[in-house]
Amino acid sequence: MAPLVPEILSSEFNLVVAFIVGIAFGFALEQAGFSSSRKLVGLFYGYDFTVLKVFFTAGVTAMVGVLLFAHLGLLDLNVIYINPTFLWSALVGGAIMGVGFILGGFCPGTSLCALAVGRIDAFAFVGGSILGILAFTEGYPMLETLFNSTNMGPLTMNDMLGISPEFFGILLTIIALLAFYLTSKIEDKVNGKTIEIPRDRKIKYSLTAVLPIVIITLIWMTPDKKEYTLSKMDSAQISEVSNNFDTMTIDKLAFEIMNNVHEFNIIDIRDTTAYKEASIPAAINVPFENLYNREWRSMLKQPYKTNVFIGDDMDKVYKAAFLARELGDTDPVILESPVVEFREVIFNAVEPIGDVSKTDLTRYKFHIEAAERLTEIEERLKNSLQPPKKEIKRVQGGCT
Amino acid sequence: MKPKAYMNPYLAGLFLGFVLLATIYVTGRGLGASGGVKAVALYGVEQVAPEHWNNTEYYANYQQSNPGSPLNTWLFYEIIGVLIGAFFSGVISNRIALKLEKGPRIQSKTRIIFAVLGGALFGLGSQLGRGCTSGSALSGMAVMSFGGIITMFAIFGSAYMVAWFFRKLWIS
Repeated sequence: MAPLVPEILSSEFNLVVAFIVGIAFGFALEQAGFSSSRKLVGLFYGYDFTVLKVFFTAGVTAMVGVLLFAHLGLLDLNVIYINPTFLWSALVGGAIMGVGFILGGFCPGTSLCALAVGRIDAFAFVGGSILGILAFTEGYPMLETLFNSTNMGPLTMNDMLGISPEFFGILLTIIALLAFYLTSKIEDKVNGKTIEIPRDRKIKYSLTAVLPIVIITLIWMTPDKKEYTLSKMDSAQISEVSNNFDTMTIDKLAFEIMNNVHEFNIIDIRDTTAYKEASIPAAINVPFENLYNREWRSMLKQPYKTNVFIGDDMDKVYKAAFLARELGDTDPVILESPVVEFREVIFNAVEPIGDVSKTDLTRYKFHIEAAERLTEIEERLKNSLQPPKKEIKRVQGGCT
Repeated sequence: MKPKAYMNPYLAGLFLGFVLLATIYVTGRGLGASGGVKAVALYGVEQVAPEHWNNTEYYANYQQSNPGSPLNTWLFYEIIGVLIGAFFSGVISNRIALKLEKGPRIQSKTRIIFAVLGGALFGLGSQLGRGCTSGSALSGMAVMSFGGIITMFAIFGSAYMVAWFFRKLWIS
């Protein structure tokens, strides 16, 4: 699942990516006409709304893409950078930038494009922005309070309004389309001439305009990858037979822990309280509800160790194994008895009395030995085998 | 040779949107510009006034959270790409020319002065806004960031409010 940095691509390679997307970014801006200051400010005087058209089209395209990728389980929205909101700083900063836009005729990105094609005013603007940035860094002690006030965190528009992301996506798309329509009217009026759009192109435009709304509506109406996978799990015939899960007996698992503990991930799917109270030695705790989370994906998928699922509610254990298989575990194994039973059998072995068979006696001896060894292993692993605390952090981004 | 016409704005927007989407998909972050310029500005401070650099709290904190040279940041590499991409676009569309663009009613000198002023305001504002039109407004819109979108409204809102007073700079 994306983003690919830093899990799949290294941070060093990320700089190469930066360079490549920079080229595409600069090319797009220049082709759109953003290297011309007069074209840029046309937006504010009504003679040229190119900026608005490019800007909104790009924003809506990327937004629909992000929603779609997240829906298909390709992109983790909990990890991507969401610009944090510092209300007053954002508003004051934005207002200052707006004045800068009118006076200077550029914004930073477009000034770099204009500089690249030789516009002298862009050199002046970029020089000015360096001065402005230094004014901030030098004057930081004075601006600090404003800069850090009203921190609302990585808040999204839909959270702020209390609506679903899809609904906000549709709203924003409609606003963009309305803006396109109205500004083209204003443009015609200010320029004193009407640009006639041929009929066939009108149809093409309308169809393209509806496309993002259709895509977002589909995203809205259909279950996302997670919901789909979980519902598949819920409705599946959860039993050992119909799913051909491999199972393990208590004795077998005890034996494997004693001899080959490093070949297994023993995954306790109960909640943390139950796990902390008593579990099986060497087991790690991944509560059932968290199994879908991205941080466990690599463990489920790896081919080197066998994942053994344990728990008390056997139905849940089967479900966990089913989910693990959906998520890429080729061969999940299930401990056929609940954890409590395991502990009972191994740690509270009762000596068989009276006329006992040799097998029973051997088993008893094994349980005694196992109890001793497992306690030892439990002690030894107490600190080292805690689940690899893999918390996936948000990407750092932004321009500060 | 005459410069070629600009790309259809919607098509250019679509292209830019895909670039932004690909960036988010691969790196988990959006595009930016002012941050790259900042890297250059900070590099300048570090080189020209190393003592000041070491003794100022802001720079020390910056150094701590971004170890290594200020130039060794994602956005610096990105804006180097921007310059190359824009230059390449200018070449294929015959738009490379050393010239000054200004409104019909003002002198070149006035244009330069206001460009520096505007740049300075944008530079300062982009720091408070935690990003400019690219990093805060555009990238913020793609991920529906509240901060990004209000910054966008603040930028365009204030520009519209003052546009009338500075109309001499741009229109006849």
